[in-house]
Amino acid sequence: MDILQMLVVILIVILLVKPLGTYLYHVFSNESNKTDKWFGWLERVIYKLAGFKERRHMSWKKYVVSLILMNAVLVAIGFLLFLFQGSLILNPSKIKDMEPTLAFNTIVSFMTNTNLQHYSGETGLSYFSQMAVIIMMMFTSAATGLAVAIAFIRGITSKGETIGNFFEDFTKAITRILLPLSIIMTIVLVGLKVPQTLGPTIHAATLEGNIQNITIGPVAALESIKHLGTNGGGFFGANSSHPFENPSPITNVLEIMMMWCIPASLTYTFGKFAKNQKQGWVIFSSMLILFVGFLALVYYSESQGNPALNAMGLNHYQGSMEGKEVRFGIAQSSLFTTVTTAATTGSVNNMHDTLTPLGCLVPLALMMLNLVFGGDGVGLVNMLMYAILAVFLCGLLVGRTPEFLGKKIEPKEMKLITIALLAHPFIILLPTAIAFLTELGKGAISNPGFHGISQVLYEYTSSAANNGSGFEGLGDNTSFWNISTGIVMFLGRYISMIALLGVAGSLLKKQWVPENMGTFRTDNGLFIGILVGVVLIIGALTFLPVLALGPIAEYLSIR
Amino acid sequence: MSQTTSILSKGIIKDAIKESFIKLNPIYMMKNPVMFVVEMGTIIVLLMMCMPNYFHAEGAFGYNLAVFVILLFTILFANFAEALAEGRGKAQADSLKKTKQETMAKVIQKDERIKSVSSSDLRKGDIVLVETGDLIPGDGEIIEGLASIDESAITGESAPVIKEAGGDFSSVTGGTRVISDWIKVKIQTDPGESFLDKMIALVEGAKRQKTPNEIALNILLITLTMIFLLVVVTVYPIAQYVGVKLTIATLVALLVCLIPTTIGALLSAIGIAGMDRVTRFNVLAMSGKAVEAAGDINTIILDKTGTITFGNRMASEFVPVGKSDMKEVAQVAGLGSIKDETPEGKSVIQLMKKLDIPQIPLDLEKSEVVEFKAETRMSGINLPSGEKIRKGAVDAIKKWVVEQGGTIPADLEEKSNQIASKGGTPLAVAKDNQLFGLIYLKDTVKPGMRQRFDELRKMGIKTIMCTGDNPMTAKTIAEEAGVDDFIAESKPEDKIRVIKEEQKQGKLVAMTGDGTNDAPALAQADVGLAMNSGTIAAKEAGNMVDLDSDPTKIIEVVSIGKQLLMTRGALTTFSIANDIAKYFAIIPAMFTIAIPKMEVLNIMGLQSPTSAILSALIFNAIIIPLLIPLAMKGVKYIPMKASKLLSRNLFIYGVGGIIVPFIGIKIIDLIIGLMS
Repeated sequence: MDILQMLVVILIVILLVKPLGTYLYHVFSNESNKTDKWFGWLERVIYKLAGFKERRHMSWKKYVVSLILMNAVLVAIGFLLFLFQGSLILNPSKIKDMEPTLAFNTIVSFMTNTNLQHYSGETGLSYFSQMAVIIMMMFTSAATGLAVAIAFIRGITSKGETIGNFFEDFTKAITRILLPLSIIMTIVLVGLKVPQTLGPTIHAATLEGNIQNITIGPVAALESIKHLGTNGGGFFGANSSHPFENPSPITNVLEIMMMWCIPASLTYTFGKFAKNQKQGWVIFSSMLILFVGFLALVYYSESQGNPALNAMGLNHYQGSMEGKEVRFGIAQSSLFTTVTTAATTGSVNNMHDTLTPLGCLVPLALMMLNLVFGGDGVGLVNMLMYAILAVFLCGLLVGRTPEFLGKKIEPKEMKLITIALLAHPFIILLPTAIAFLTELGKGAISNPGFHGISQVLYEYTSSAANNGSGFEGLGDNTSFWNISTGIVMFLGRYISMIALLGVAGSLLKKQWVPENMGTFRTDNGLFIGILVGVVLIIGALTFLPVLALGPIAEYLSIR
Repeated sequence: MSQTTSILSKGIIKDAIKESFIKLNPIYMMKNPVMFVVEMGTIIVLLMMCMPNYFHAEGAFGYNLAVFVILLFTILFANFAEALAEGRGKAQADSLKKTKQETMAKVIQKDERIKSVSSSDLRKGDIVLVETGDLIPGDGEIIEGLASIDESAITGESAPVIKEAGGDFSSVTGGTRVISDWIKVKIQTDPGESFLDKMIALVEGAKRQKTPNEIALNILLITLTMIFLLVVVTVYPIAQYVGVKLTIATLVALLVCLIPTTIGALLSAIGIAGMDRVTRFNVLAMSGKAVEAAGDINTIILDKTGTITFGNRMASEFVPVGKSDMKEVAQVAGLGSIKDETPEGKSVIQLMKKLDIPQIPLDLEKSEVVEFKAETRMSGINLPSGEKIRKGAVDAIKKWVVEQGGTIPADLEEKSNQIASKGGTPLAVAKDNQLFGLIYLKDTVKPGMRQRFDELRKMGIKTIMCTGDNPMTAKTIAEEAGVDDFIAESKPEDKIRVIKEEQKQGKLVAMTGDGTNDAPALAQADVGLAMNSGTIAAKEAGNMVDLDSDPTKIIEVVSIGKQLLMTRGALTTFSIANDIAKYFAIIPAMFTIAIPKMEVLNIMGLQSPTSAILSALIFNAIIIPLLIPLAMKGVKYIPMKASKLLSRNLFIYGVGGIIVPFIGIKIIDLIIGLMS
């Protein structure tokens, strides 16, 4: 039954890939199509208001500069709103101004699509901050990610000078994808009993006679974009395990779908741009293989229960339910954990800190790889980077200099790719090591020993992968953690984006090499194997030692 | 050049061992960042041995010494591989240098007087006289005279070649010797820039520049090294948190095992050896880039004459006209060819033998041979009996027969057209006033060409034949040889046009050429193989020179290019795949003392943490010399579809690369166990 539940969800996503992927293609192909009729008027109004008359196509450098400037402006506005939220409008619950390092962490967190939360939504943010900063950022950061993916795809699949216009892609991502989908999903969620109101916290008298404060607010609106945009920041501190955010197994499945569908469908969009659908399916299949493998591991590990408790003779028939919601059970929790870290969303419906050791290896590993579907846009781009790397490593075996999609991979591309490749382990391992060298870092650990290593590692991995889920259990609202994770999130987002758009810009100018019998093919089953192998080997080689000291050692010691 | 030194001659090995130590110089090692990191690690371990107190490494002298020795050998092996590859080139360069002796040149001055000047003082534009027995003092063009020249010093070919002023065979190379007659040569290079100088520099590897692919691969290797450096540096404080104390020697060992030392050590040797294979093949590549490009070639443009066909037309059939029969035609043609030394003439006699037609006896002494002349376009013989026999162009013979008072058989026109339409050349044969028939001359495709083109097609390479023939003839030969495409009635500028068209589609094009008018096309092509017999212009335009002047070699050059790339890919794949086993050896070894449960990961069942680390390290070192032969000889290349080739190589070097170290490390561990 458990397995069937998971299979059904996977199957629905597979079925969604083609229609949604095709839709995404039409949105960004810049050829006139039906969607123009529905959304064109809205965009024209926006363009007019913005004084955005000519939508000239940009070189990759201009695209990057536009992206950075756009993000910088949003960060500046959001930061100020947080600092002064106490005296701004829509603050019925009288929330205070935010502390500066926390505001820095929070704004970076949301702009980078990470949604790491060192605050608790109920007590840390006013409704105005929730809507004008948090929800707004959830749209813009996801739109930024989508724009990067589309620009990258254009770069590697076409020849010319331009990878599109950032502002146009950015606007369309919101008007044609995120906004309509999140409106629909908000209504659906409201129908499924998720609150949506601007009313203040409810003070309810309980049967014991005490007063209980029940926080409500515009939850459904946040919930839909939180998942569609692979953001993950919860309205409440307890995120999607809170009954108002995720009241039932049905909303749970819907939320899983929402965060999974866009990253998965982008592979199809890529195939359409590449004019070779097989190419898209190869990327999708590689992601799915890795996904299923990790899902199987976390599900198996959780359903076996906690060995320490089992040894005491406790019934482990239900599996390890510590930190999980009874309404979801092991299967729905495992699936949610896998999807939220694969698609680097970071919402949680169970406490990752209390996953069994091998269970917690799964979210860690998925975030370390950061390409099994991945966040909106960036996951695909990361996987394509690995595809280029796989081509580079194995392409030579057919006696030709490596080429991907008919374009030669040369020193310039390799330099840029290695920057992106190097950045990820760097911003995970280096701060983790620093944290263990300082009292500021070590002091936050609530559970010393191997598990403590997992706690720290998880925090930085989640930040670097722009996932944002918390292992929790780590006392992380201190200047040390706010600033260090803020920097990690920032670097994790922009270094690889810039470097990989550089790769796209460089490949864009290259002449296609026609395909023939001597070409290394990247659209067949063998390449799926190679790609999965390269991802696992490079990933495993980089992170195995720390994983061995964290979850693996923990697993072995309680086994 | 053809004095092929065997792969491992004693002298080369001795020199290479010496070089391996000289190359330990860190300034030199910096060129190879992967091995430089190993060297730094070695130095750290050495310091720990010398000053154990400073590093808190007391009591670990034996272990540190073992690590130090293995690391030192790892570097020496890497240096040895490179030195060995270079050594072979140096040996060749030395033999070339002997050729490059100082000679006295006879410079012809403006007043026609001859002045003796040292060859090193010659400048571009000087005119020198070279007589029998003299060494040609420098590269140049013959402006007067004809001589046979011994070029064995450069080409290894002992048969002398004839060179003469004018045309495409007028260039001479310094260091070769005139063995008969004399020539006047206009020197075309300044000292130090001659062909011989370039050759020496090339085989010595002095000018070796890294190729784009090698650079890209190096970038990746450096990145992997940096990642692993990061892994090793960060694991120390993290491990300390859970009470695992790691020694610096162990961390250095882990680092060295993980960074791609195997490919890092062999990368430059692969490049040098690849160039060397080309050189051994008597082709001089001006850069490694050209060899690499050869592996990527999509299209090869070949001249028909001399490359695909023998170039000389051979008699393949006797065609009677009018009332004569085949035997008569053959016998008359036979009489007419008996003193004809041209390939066409000889082929007539051969064809008669093949068809068993006896030659009519003839008193050669009293006969008068009529040589072929461009004006008459026929040759023949006047017999003692007064009979005149002629063979030649159909028009010319027709005119001659009419002049002799004969008539032209009605079917001549039709039959000669038939031959022409099949791509052959008809020669008419007549005796006095009677026209007997035609000799069907045909250009013959070299044996084995069809198979070669099939192989190329399997590699995904398209062949285009260029010929001055009419489209009919061209088509016949193209079909017979099995080329993919042809250009008939091609002019030199056609080649350039075709190359540019192909390149516009992103294809890489290779071509061969020897004439001055080939030079622009040779320069335009991605791989331009010039014939050594060709003009200086052609040799300068191309990026490879074939010393044997065999244009079909372009096909082998492509294979060598592919082999070079494959070898690089194979060893990279192997090197990275090796890391999996090394992890399974080292990770449990590092942590087991503090976390006994880690023993489960010791799937190889290695005896002790120390033995496990040393075994992995020893495997890491000795795999380098074990792979030197592969790096030098290159991976075996059989032309086949890319997908098949990939599965095959991936299986051997990828899967093999995962399995081999598991076995190797286990064996070394067992040996260590026996020794201790």
